[in-house]
Amino acid sequence: MSTASAPVTLTVNGGTYRVVAEPRRLLSDVLREDCGLTGTHVGCEHGVCGTCTILFDGVPARACLIYGVQAEGHEITTIEAFAADGELSVVQQALHEEHGLQCGFCTPGIVVTMEAWLGEHPEPTEAEVRDALTGNLCRCTGYHNIVAAILKAAARRRVEASGER
Amino acid sequence: MKPGKFSYEAPRTLDEALHSLATWRDNAKIVAGGQSLAPMLNMRLARPDHLIDINRLTELGRIAVDGERLTIGAMARHAQLGRDAQVKRHAPMLAHAAETIGHYAIRQRGTIGGSLAHADPAAQLPLATLALDAEFELHAAAGTRTLGAGAFFLSVFTTALEPDELLAAIHVPVARPREGWGFRLFNRRAGDFAIVSVAATLACGEGATIERLRLAIAGIGPVPVRVEELVPPEDAATVTTGWSARIAAAVATAVEIEDNEKIPIVFRRELVERLTRDTLDEALERAS
Repeated sequence: MSTASAPVTLTVNGGTYRVVAEPRRLLSDVLREDCGLTGTHVGCEHGVCGTCTILFDGVPARACLIYGVQAEGHEITTIEAFAADGELSVVQQALHEEHGLQCGFCTPGIVVTMEAWLGEHPEPTEAEVRDALTGNLCRCTGYHNIVAAILKAAARRRVEASGER
Repeated sequence: MKPGKFSYEAPRTLDEALHSLATWRDNAKIVAGGQSLAPMLNMRLARPDHLIDINRLTELGRIAVDGERLTIGAMARHAQLGRDAQVKRHAPMLAHAAETIGHYAIRQRGTIGGSLAHADPAAQLPLATLALDAEFELHAAAGTRTLGAGAFFLSVFTTALEPDELLAAIHVPVARPREGWGFRLFNRRAGDFAIVSVAATLACGEGATIERLRLAIAGIGPVPVRVEELVPPEDAATVTTGWSARIAAAVATAVEIEDNEKIPIVFRRELVERLTRDTLDEALERAS
C-alpha cells in the first residue's frame, strides 16, 4: 500500500471529478483546490468550527474530518449546489433578509447544516435553533440574526410544505 | 493541521479488515466515523502508517434485539442510536447519551465503536455502557472474545484492545420493566466534553424497595467508575425521603477524585454531588 498520490473519482453536486490525491489529503482541500469549489470554507481543520460542513450522502459532515479518498462512491453536496439555479435556498434567503451574516466566512457551513437540520426539525423552538447552531462558530454576529433567520426559514419551509400537499 | 503520510485501504469484509490489522498491528489505526481520530491525525497527535477504513462494513452498523440483550454494531452512528426505536426502548439512556455528544454534524458521522475504542475519560458512551453493564465483542483474525465494559477501559485513551483486535459489537442487557434511568453532565459550552457526568438506573420492586441501583461517574479519573459501593446500605435497599441527597452526599464525600490542574477537585466534588442527586431524582421519576 502506498502513501503516494493516486487517482480518486468523486461525485460532487451531481458532477464527476477525477483528481489525484495522497490518501492524507483532506476532503476540504480536495474540494477547494482540486475541484475548484471554494465555497466550502476551512477554519480550524479539526472539526470544531463547522465552516467546512458539506453533505455526505445527504447528511451533514465536516469535510476536514474526511479524507478525499474516503469520499469515493459517495454523493458529496457543497454550498455551490444550494443556489445553483440562481435562486437562493430558503435558509440563504432568510439569512439575507435578517442580516444573518457579516463577514460571511461561517455562512456556507451554517446554510448546509441548517438546511439538513430543518428537514429533521420542522418546528424548532428558539432554544433548539441555538443548540443546533453551537456546531457552527460565528465570530461576527453574536448569532442573534442567524437565529432569527433560521426561525424564519423554518416557518417558510412549513408554508411551502403545506402548499405542496 | 495536515496529517502525516499514511497509506489507506477500505476493506469490504470484516475478515479482510482483521487480516490487514493482524499484519499492520500498532502501525495501523482503524477509522470509523473519524470524529476523534481525524482531529488527532490532522494535529499529528497520532501518526499511524496505515488507515483501515471500516465504513464499507455495513454489517457492523446493525442494531438488533436478541432475547435479553440489545446488540449494536460498532459502526452505528450517534444519530442512529438517538433515533433507533429499539435503542430508545431497550437502552433509553444510551439513546439519550448519544444525543448529547458534540454537535449535530458530528453525531451524523461519529460511531459508538469509535467512541468506545477512543476511550476519552470524559466521553458519554464509555460512561453509559459502563453503567448499563454492556459487553464488548472484540474480533481478531485469530479469534473473538467478549469483555465487560469495566474490564475494557484501562486508562486515558487506553483500552484492553490488543493491536490485532477490532471492537465489532456492543451488547447491552435490555432495561427491566419500569426501570428508570438518569444521565446528567456538566460542561461550560454546549458540545464540549463534560467536566463531570453521572449515569444511573433504578429498578424498584414492591413499595419503595430497590431491586437494582446502578450508578457511574465520569470525569473524576482516567476511566469512568461504578460507585454503588459508596451508597449507604439503607439507601441501597429502600427509597425514603431525602434518598437522592443522602446518596449524593455520601458518594461525593467518599469518591476518589484525581487531581487535575485545570479544574480543582473541590469544584468537581460539588459537581459530583449535584449531578448525582439530579441523576437519581431523574431515574426515580422515570421508575415510578
